[in-house]
Amino acid sequence: MYQYDEYDQRIVDERVAQFADQTRRYLAGELTEDEFRPLRLQNGLYIQRHAPMLRIAVPYGNLNSKQLRTLGHIARTYDRGYGHITTRQNVQFNWPRLEDVPEILDQLAKVQMHAIQTSGNCIRNVTSDPFAGVAADEIVDPRPWCEILRQWSTFHPEFAFLPRKFKIAVNGAKEDRAVIRVHDIGLDIVHNAAGELGFRVLVGGGLGRTPIIGEEVAAFVPWQQILNYCEAILRVYNLHGRRDNAYKARIKILVKALGVPEFARQVEEEFAHLKDGPSTLTQAEIDRVAGRFNDPVLSALAQDAGYRARLAEDKAFAAWARRNVRNHRVQGYASVVLSLKPYGVAPGDLTADQFDAVAELADRYAFGEVRSTHEQNIVLASVREADLFALWQEARAIGLATPNIGLLTDIISCPGGDFCALANAKSIPIANAIQDRFDNLDYLFDIGELEINISGCMNACGHHHVGHIGILGVDKNGEEFYQVTIGGDQGNQTTLGKVIGPSFAAAEMPDVISSLINNFIDNRQDDERFIDTVRRIGVESFKTRVYAERTARLEAKEIAHV
Amino acid sequence: MSDIIKNGRVHADEWTVLRLAEGDEAATIALPAGRVIVPLAVWQARREELLPKAEAGVLGVWLAGNENPAALTADLSALPLVAVDFPKFADGRGYSIATLLRTRLGYGGELRAIGNVLRDQFFFLLRCGFSVLQPQEGKYTPAQLDAALASLNDFSEPYQAAVDRPEPLFRRQSRRPLQGEAA
Ligand code: HEM
Ligand code: SF4
Repeated sequence: MYQYDEYDQRIVDERVAQFADQTRRYLAGELTEDEFRPLRLQNGLYIQRHAPMLRIAVPYGNLNSKQLRTLGHIARTYDRGYGHITTRQNVQFNWPRLEDVPEILDQLAKVQMHAIQTSGNCIRNVTSDPFAGVAADEIVDPRPWCEILRQWSTFHPEFAFLPRKFKIAVNGAKEDRAVIRVHDIGLDIVHNAAGELGFRVLVGGGLGRTPIIGEEVAAFVPWQQILNYCEAILRVYNLHGRRDNAYKARIKILVKALGVPEFARQVEEEFAHLKDGPSTLTQAEIDRVAGRFNDPVLSALAQDAGYRARLAEDKAFAAWARRNVRNHRVQGYASVVLSLKPYGVAPGDLTADQFDAVAELADRYAFGEVRSTHEQNIVLASVREADLFALWQEARAIGLATPNIGLLTDIISCPGGDFCALANAKSIPIANAIQDRFDNLDYLFDIGELEINISGCMNACGHHHVGHIGILGVDKNGEEFYQVTIGGDQGNQTTLGKVIGPSFAAAEMPDVISSLINNFIDNRQDDERFIDTVRRIGVESFKTRVYAERTARLEAKEIAHV
Repeated sequence: MSDIIKNGRVHADEWTVLRLAEGDEAATIALPAGRVIVPLAVWQARREELLPKAEAGVLGVWLAGNENPAALTADLSALPLVAVDFPKFADGRGYSIATLLRTRLGYGGELRAIGNVLRDQFFFLLRCGFSVLQPQEGKYTPAQLDAALASLNDFSEPYQAAVDRPEPLFRRQSRRPLQGEAA
């Protein structure tokens, strides 16, 4: 992964000093609440239900074992013994004390980490494909480009006080695993007809209250110009984005209001002035940044016979390998997903001891490096096939080997009402109740690939719109209810789900999911995935089934009470 | 009279900022004596009358966040001072306006940030080309303002190009590749 040089380190160190002073002035009453808010937010610090919530940046999801150990230490020393992987690949702590934050940042800086721009109305942490650099379908490794964008956006003086948050995601593979279509800017690395490298630029995607899929504003921006082009987009947005209404302040609203052609025209006009300017990238700079990624140099290994023998012999191992192990671009290696979705745990949570244990696994089996995923899991990018069995046994011992990646129980969930002050309803207990209902592995495998996404309110931190099944917490007269969407999808065919009808009480949710699944099983053709069946037969039959079974349940209950 | 920050030091200010109150007419409002910074609307309504004052160095113009700096294109060489107003410190349009004035429109005179200007924005404001920072009168005590000078240098080597350092870090400094560096 990227190694800081002296300049990177100095910026982070100077930030620690700056924020320590800002916190001191706030606590001394020199900074008002209003003045401190954007400053702490740009440092990932929210004031939440229980305590400040601190969001630590994990640039494009890359972490090394030293950093994992520091996160474990922070969880143990300053929090309640756990941390949380978010849908933006960051790490979040729910219980630090404000007074401790400068010290936490100081410890993070020592392992090349920080909390810069993980929140607030600025350019947020850049996200990407967790399999970057090792995916078999990769066209170009997106990480150096993410790092270049990270540096460009860090304390960008013109764009520190935007109308609203701003998220950039980069994809470099055939299959989009970075959900670029629901980002303010989505960058797809492509080659043009002449074989030159550049970026297809999508703008105006986002979920939240007004979910919108990003639209193409440029089919091809040469790589040299990408910072200039992004600057043009940001300037148009900074000058013309709405500031009168926070709900209408995202760039997607501006793009919609102007229309894509007019928005693109304004960007082009701005870009014409910036093109070939000093921020134009050079091959030397790309090479330098790429060269600071100390990736292991892998050469193809013979396929491991022992691995294949184990697969044949051990059913549990084979099940795990099928779900949690992915092909690697180099023969003899594989990528492994550690599941942070065992039964009964908040999706994405890791205990302090698990942070340390994952660091240990990374050191022993994965060149000391891991990735966080927006599905709230952890990836070991490069593992020798020969090590997979031993790795599996150890991962199992620490509870991170549930063979459910991509299955119904691999639920994405925001922290919801248990932690978040904005929530309309709880999320985690719903996730747990569904996991509980579907705890039979054979049945899970049979159901096949299925994504359930849960958000506790319309801010959509759990990306419910793009879940095959989306669950949204809503408030009805002070009571918690849940609205269900189906047919959402992420990736190359990103789609927003459709609401199936009136919302449900928390206790009904496992039954609702069962009805959806049963309808799918009854209608599925061959090995169709849930989402494919929904696409083929439409929402109506699911809707009918869910509400019919619900009525039957309610009637049965009434009869039982007579 | 408020204090301003210029060239890394605190100075007593010599200018008065004119703001239109409800019912004030740009065309008729009386100008205060001495050096004055007028709203764009006043400038546009009375350009003929005010141009000699600008040329004499005693009249400047301020822009609101929703005003296009290109409205001043023809006048920038005559104006000794242009100010940009920050109605709220979290309203970041002024950063882009300043950048445009400096890089696109070639403005070389005094560029002043007025309104809700806070210490914690100083570094960004300077980077976007402001040469004078004017916090609201009474916002800071003299001692606080002196202490605030430290914020001018929050970061020694920023990454990206901006007005104050028009080349990005990768062009200003030779940054080393990984080889040969102790891990
Ligand atoms: C607990 C404190 C949190 C608060 C107060 C919070 C607040 C918000 C708000 C207000 C929005 C909507 C922004 C808008 O549309 O303009 C939002 C969106 C989002 N949040 Fe959170 N959030 C929190 C935690 C999280 C966590 C833990 C995650 C990840 C698990 C997360 C991931 C996201 C994502 C991915 C979106 C984007 C939706 C989109 O694409 O527009 N947030 N959050
Ligand atoms: S979706 Fe709502 S409840 Fe969930 S974390 Fe985001 S703001 Fe909080």
